[in-house]
Amino acid sequence: MRHLLSAADFSHDEAVAMLDLAEDMAEVNDREVKKLPTLRGKTVVNLFFEDSTRTRISFELAAKRLSADVINFAAKGSSVSKGESLKDTAQTLEAMGADAIVLRHSSSGSAFRLAHTDWVDSSIINAGDGSHEHPTQALLDAMTIRQSLNQDVRGKDLAGVRVLIVGDISHSRVARSNLLLLTTLGAEVHVCGPATLAPSSLVGKERVHYLLDEAIRQVQPDVVMMLRVQQERMTASFFPTEREYSRVWGLNKSRLSALDDKTIVLHPGPMNRGLEIDAASADSKNSKVLHQVRNGVSVRMAVLYSLLSGEKENA
Amino acid sequence: MSKRTVLSADDLSRAITRISHEILEANHGAENLVLLGIPTRGVFLAERISSVIKKHSGHEVQVGSLDVTLYRDDLAKQPTRGPGVTSVPSTGITGSTVVLVDDVLYSGRTVRAALDALNDHGRPKAVLLAVLVDRGHRELPIRADFVGKNLPTSSVEHIAVKLTETDGVDEVVIES
Repeated sequence: MRHLLSAADFSHDEAVAMLDLAEDMAEVNDREVKKLPTLRGKTVVNLFFEDSTRTRISFELAAKRLSADVINFAAKGSSVSKGESLKDTAQTLEAMGADAIVLRHSSSGSAFRLAHTDWVDSSIINAGDGSHEHPTQALLDAMTIRQSLNQDVRGKDLAGVRVLIVGDISHSRVARSNLLLLTTLGAEVHVCGPATLAPSSLVGKERVHYLLDEAIRQVQPDVVMMLRVQQERMTASFFPTEREYSRVWGLNKSRLSALDDKTIVLHPGPMNRGLEIDAASADSKNSKVLHQVRNGVSVRMAVLYSLLSGEKENA
Repeated sequence: MSKRTVLSADDLSRAITRISHEILEANHGAENLVLLGIPTRGVFLAERISSVIKKHSGHEVQVGSLDVTLYRDDLAKQPTRGPGVTSVPSTGITGSTVVLVDDVLYSGRTVRAALDALNDHGRPKAVLLAVLVDRGHRELPIRADFVGKNLPTSSVEHIAVKLTETDGVDEVVIES
């Protein structure tokens, strides 16, 4: 593997192997010296054209745990605000010796563009491109789901697990990557959201639901994944008011009690408390939000290790 | 390709017994001892040594495994490989005498990586090295403290250590 652009890049076995590798990496995070010399001398650039806290910090920590050098690049306060293009920025960073570029960009397809042109030779990791994909988020969600279902996780997939993704499906790269990866791993993925935001083209008609209460009753999900309402991508009015959204599609105490005791609640963060999820649900024992954050570091270590160790392929 | 068996199942079991006694002798007993096998076969060898020690001294010696993949110096020259399992006894290794156990000692690079890996888990009082086969061709100033069998080989030959746990049979074969 040279780049990680899409959750669809993984075959079933590759996805399971990547999750196992992430478990190996998680072991490092538990010990006294939380550092491996594995990627010594490699340089990882976090190239973030969009704001992000956990993804950027998580990638930074992952790279540092593997002893790579990390450069953080935020578009704000850089030459991008003077009008420098993605191509020039990426080439400049590579000229300084970047081995991998972790790219977060508001345009869908930007990571693909960077990987499949001759602009740069570095490995490209897609850390979120517009409303397209966010593959490492899908990996960490899959890892969290797998851990919550099994004692011994190694080698297992997610066959038969029912996942309900709730919220703004159309604009969500998290939803798209999760749909691809969780389906590859054998899970049954349903989506639920306002009709304006839940296109049936993604999962097929019978797996799209428009009302959360009904969806919970019909699907009996093992996993409920709440998505953030992304104000920055709402270019038209997709639902009447925030109050109505939270009443129909928000996770609250009464919906939480309708779920099975063992059902887990995921949220990619940052949470809009009171909008798509209320405080009681966010802090309940079903909520695995902090597990997701912890697994994020392990997953990203696994990805960086797979892309940056080994002989350089000429692809 | 020619094959030659250099250690039979009996030879192998005798070698392990001898190594176990040598470890007991060097350590003046089984106190404060931790055996760390290097995956895959080193771990099984470590378990066998531990059971021999238990039989003779009544002492339960802690066994763990120490994967060195992420510490290797040839990661950039080989295809990417997944790491094995590392499990260090929960009591830690700081202050104890650690015996690293591996099947074959060759260039010494695996042992170097293991010493680095060990550093990240604590500071042992002493580190010793036990190997089933020492085949020479060292590239680093490293030697074993306990050796099952010295096998001077040419570098074109291949030494295959087979254990019942992984290969269904106990033997050491030279293939050339």
